[in-house]
Amino acid sequence: MSTLHTVNKSPFSTQSLQSCLGHARDGDAVLMIEDGVYGAMTGSQMADAVAARGNAVSLYVLGPDLTARGLDAGRLIEGVTGVDYAGFVDLVASHDRTQAWL
Amino acid sequence: MKIGVVVSEGPYTHQAADSAYHFVKAALAAGHEVPRVFFYHDGVNVSTRLSVPPQDERNIQVNWSALAAEHGTDLVVCIAAAQRRGLLDENEAKRQGKDSDNIAEGFRISGLGQLIEMGIQTDRLVTFGD
Amino acid sequence: MSEEIKKFLYVNRKAPYGTIYALESLEVVLIGAAFDQDVSLAFLDDGVFQLTKGQDTGAIGVKNFSPTFRALGDYEVTKLYVEAESLAERGLSADDLQDITYEDEDDDWAEKPSIRIVNRAEMADIMADQDVVLSF
Repeated sequence: MSTLHTVNKSPFSTQSLQSCLGHARDGDAVLMIEDGVYGAMTGSQMADAVAARGNAVSLYVLGPDLTARGLDAGRLIEGVTGVDYAGFVDLVASHDRTQAWL
Repeated sequence: MKIGVVVSEGPYTHQAADSAYHFVKAALAAGHEVPRVFFYHDGVNVSTRLSVPPQDERNIQVNWSALAAEHGTDLVVCIAAAQRRGLLDENEAKRQGKDSDNIAEGFRISGLGQLIEMGIQTDRLVTFGD
Repeated sequence: MSEEIKKFLYVNRKAPYGTIYALESLEVVLIGAAFDQDVSLAFLDDGVFQLTKGQDTGAIGVKNFSPTFRALGDYEVTKLYVEAESLAERGLSADDLQDITYEDEDDDWAEKPSIRIVNRAEMADIMADQDVVLSF
């Protein structure tokens, strides 16, 4: 049993990513979408915390939202996987529930 | 799988209505069922017939109405949230003594029970909000 | 109304009155109660502020909906999980929260507290145990 968590806000504007990572359990997945993709960038103040949790939680970022914001895959924290909307759907189907951190 | 979707923010101001739309299209393309999309909070504003976005921008309401027409997706607008925000269908307008109605094709106003029912009847529920 | 009973969790992470999410979330809970599912409410992050006592909205001209929480027991919504860390981060304690109770029909209608203070790990476990998670 696992949960797909979605985060749509930048971690520099709200606490949602931080709270999400604090509640996600080992084996869960976190998908960053919309402005949430900024949480997947290397070099930011959040990067270490995100990378650390990435050891036990699968991290994903929605590619179209990354590209829209001018970020390329080269700037992602290691271990974060880009997915498209089809991949988003697959994640929803393969985890038992989806929880949005708004 | 049967996937239920909630849109809880209004069009243009938040990306939620767009993200949900692309998600639903992808889900349908992958062969999943999306029997219903429930619009709550400011999400009810997606259903207005009266929006006239710039010609070179996507028309969020038209996108959703077309999706409903093509796939039979039940687009439900919460009545309580709609009443607060001034989204009325013809019956509601008459009932409330308002001089106009503004719900677009493909959307229907109904109760919050439709959201709970969606949670009961689907295998997954995904929320797009703020 | 349905064959199986699902576990529904309503996640509240926002403060009351500054935005409508707290009020409209509660409206879903009240309507949802008629469907006889296994309902829990989670209050974490700023959501813990929704349950404080002494809310007086007269001067801001909006309806004070906090009394509605006290009616939840009558709707058989009896599990209100409040996160301890979220309270502590905000300088709140259980004493700052409303007294919300229900009558346990399995225990001679004894009055029991609906608010259950849990720590972050317990809250994570509760979330992981649900069938449907609604976030507002």
